[in-house]
Amino acid sequence: MTSFEPGAQASIASITDKVRPVAIGAPVTAVHFLGDRAFFVGAEEGVSIVDAEGAVSTVEVLSGGILCAASNGERIVMGGDDGRVVALDKKGEIAVLVTDAKRRWIDAVALHADGAVAWSIGKTAFVRSGKGEEKSLEVPSTVGGLAFAPKGLRLAVAHYNGATLWFPNMAATAEFLAWAGSHLGVIFSPDNKFLVTAMHEPALHGWRLADNRHMRMSGYPGRVKSMSWSAGGKFLATSGADTVIMWPFASKDGPMGKEPAMLAPLQARVSVVACHPKQDILAAGYSDGTILMVRMEDGGELLVRRNGTAPVAALGWNAKGTVLAFSDEEGGAGLLAI
Amino acid sequence: MSQSTSQKIPVTVLTGYLGAGKTTLLNRILSENHGKKYAVIVNEFGEIGIDNDLIIGADEEVFEMNNGCICCTVRGDLVRIMDGLMRRKGKFDAIIVETTGLADPAPVAQTFFVDEDVQKNARLDAVVTVADAKWLSDRLKDAPEAKNQIAFADVIVLNKTDLVSKPELAEVEARIRGINPYAQLHRTERCKVALSDVLERGAFDLDRILEIEPDFLEADEHDHDHHHHDGHDHHHHDHGHGLKHYHDEEMQSLALRTDKPLDPTKFMPWLQNLVATEGQNILRSKGILAFHDDDDRYVFQGVHMMLEGDHQRKWKEGEPRESRVVFIGRELPEQAIRDGFERCIVS
Repeated sequence: MTSFEPGAQASIASITDKVRPVAIGAPVTAVHFLGDRAFFVGAEEGVSIVDAEGAVSTVEVLSGGILCAASNGERIVMGGDDGRVVALDKKGEIAVLVTDAKRRWIDAVALHADGAVAWSIGKTAFVRSGKGEEKSLEVPSTVGGLAFAPKGLRLAVAHYNGATLWFPNMAATAEFLAWAGSHLGVIFSPDNKFLVTAMHEPALHGWRLADNRHMRMSGYPGRVKSMSWSAGGKFLATSGADTVIMWPFASKDGPMGKEPAMLAPLQARVSVVACHPKQDILAAGYSDGTILMVRMEDGGELLVRRNGTAPVAALGWNAKGTVLAFSDEEGGAGLLAI
Repeated sequence: MSQSTSQKIPVTVLTGYLGAGKTTLLNRILSENHGKKYAVIVNEFGEIGIDNDLIIGADEEVFEMNNGCICCTVRGDLVRIMDGLMRRKGKFDAIIVETTGLADPAPVAQTFFVDEDVQKNARLDAVVTVADAKWLSDRLKDAPEAKNQIAFADVIVLNKTDLVSKPELAEVEARIRGINPYAQLHRTERCKVALSDVLERGAFDLDRILEIEPDFLEADEHDHDHHHHDGHDHHHHDHGHGLKHYHDEEMQSLALRTDKPLDPTKFMPWLQNLVATEGQNILRSKGILAFHDDDDRYVFQGVHMMLEGDHQRKWKEGEPRESRVVFIGRELPEQAIRDGFERCIVS
């Protein structure tokens, strides 16, 4: 992949002085906006809510590690190592959705736009519809990831040797998409045409859902832990390399037979990506703490945050795309209003 | 950002055949007043008699890596659990992974060799095998898992010694030594063993590969240091102290040694080729090497096909520049390995 050019960082325009620094004071794993406040999900116990002025208030949501979190813009749902699934709303109010009697880990959660919630414990995936009906599905091995399809109540469950597509409200058996290896993260394309998994090995795997055709997306030096669709779903931006890897999904064949675009090369691994909700720009966080704003069209870069800290762990845009929130693994956070 | 070895959380793998006393040892470790906090990954929930919010149930899910290496299996559940545990970094000092009685320790160990994220935060400390003094000899005959666990071990806790006579104990120890003369062996009743003998061993730490010597200290407690330096076939050696020696038909250790320098351009390809072709049968390997025209000691270790090695330190003045290599494995082609090793010596 593209090599690092010394001095590249110094030559790009900096907007670091526009960032409002925020001290979370505890490790952060994700950030989501609910309304105009940024919710920084901690590694354990708490969520720090930061308003536009940078004032921080913290709510305790779980009594142990927060293993997974998902947001639909209305709520954030989190699963913990204390066997609980909780939801946090815009006002900062907590609802306990699930309490596992055996305190088993909640390994994955997903949240549908219509309010349906999914979570997994070991090999079992559970779905609770917006109306409160609960159903479960057992897959052959521990669930690696969950994702709701953008349309209808359909859940993708990633596990060993493939992914399972399940309509919880239909009697038909779940559909199994096979591909050898361990599948961890899973994501539908916004147009509902493709399913992509992040594997244990440094690669993505994809299926075109119309005919289950395989798409192999490999070549990464490290495992892909962050995936983000560009506005309209033209590109899938991913972490895992020392540039942002952008797979083209605009055509009906997706990335089949095409090379990915490589943006924003640095001498550090991309750890998180977050595409702007409306425009063709993205934010990329790196393992050395750098954050860049990148224009997809020509790769133009703006420096949001300098290097020299813990890896960037979280990036999130508000719904309008006017504020970017970020944090490194140790809770060194900030807000950037554009 | 990788942490230095000392900051990484040590992981002890606890194995042992069904009923040998793993849970007893685990309860002992957790209940002793050591001021440390352990995260424990267990398979049978509920057998631990200690309240600990960091006891995690695992499923022993093994999968093959898609890298064309058939014995390259890892524990996917461990990858996931380690990731989750890292959310609570700072809340515990060490991790203990208990395997089921029928488990092969290799996938656990390999997880720490191949997974970048696991490696970043944690290091394999040692494989500790609990063995039942009364039944191990039988299990070595009928249970390949039991033999694997002995062969793989860095530390063997030979438990329930109060249930056997002295000759029976000598026999079972000899059978263990026939398979693995290098593990440290501790005789116990109800797993009463000093925690420092099973934890923080650094058995996989390249910097702590100081010597590769058979562990006979427990077998006959008087001084017989000379045995360690007098020949290639020390493990077939009759000590003359009434200690029996068994040669296990299937699983053996093979020790190579030379005081002549090795040619790194021959040795490294030979070793890599050996583990690539025989890696399924080689459970563990370890070596201290003196290369031609190199003032640094080179050390390596491996699990099946996975090897890691590095220059360790300068040879000390007066220290004999001797190369030693040990393999523990199943049906090893001994003569071919010896011949291959000989060809790596600078002539």
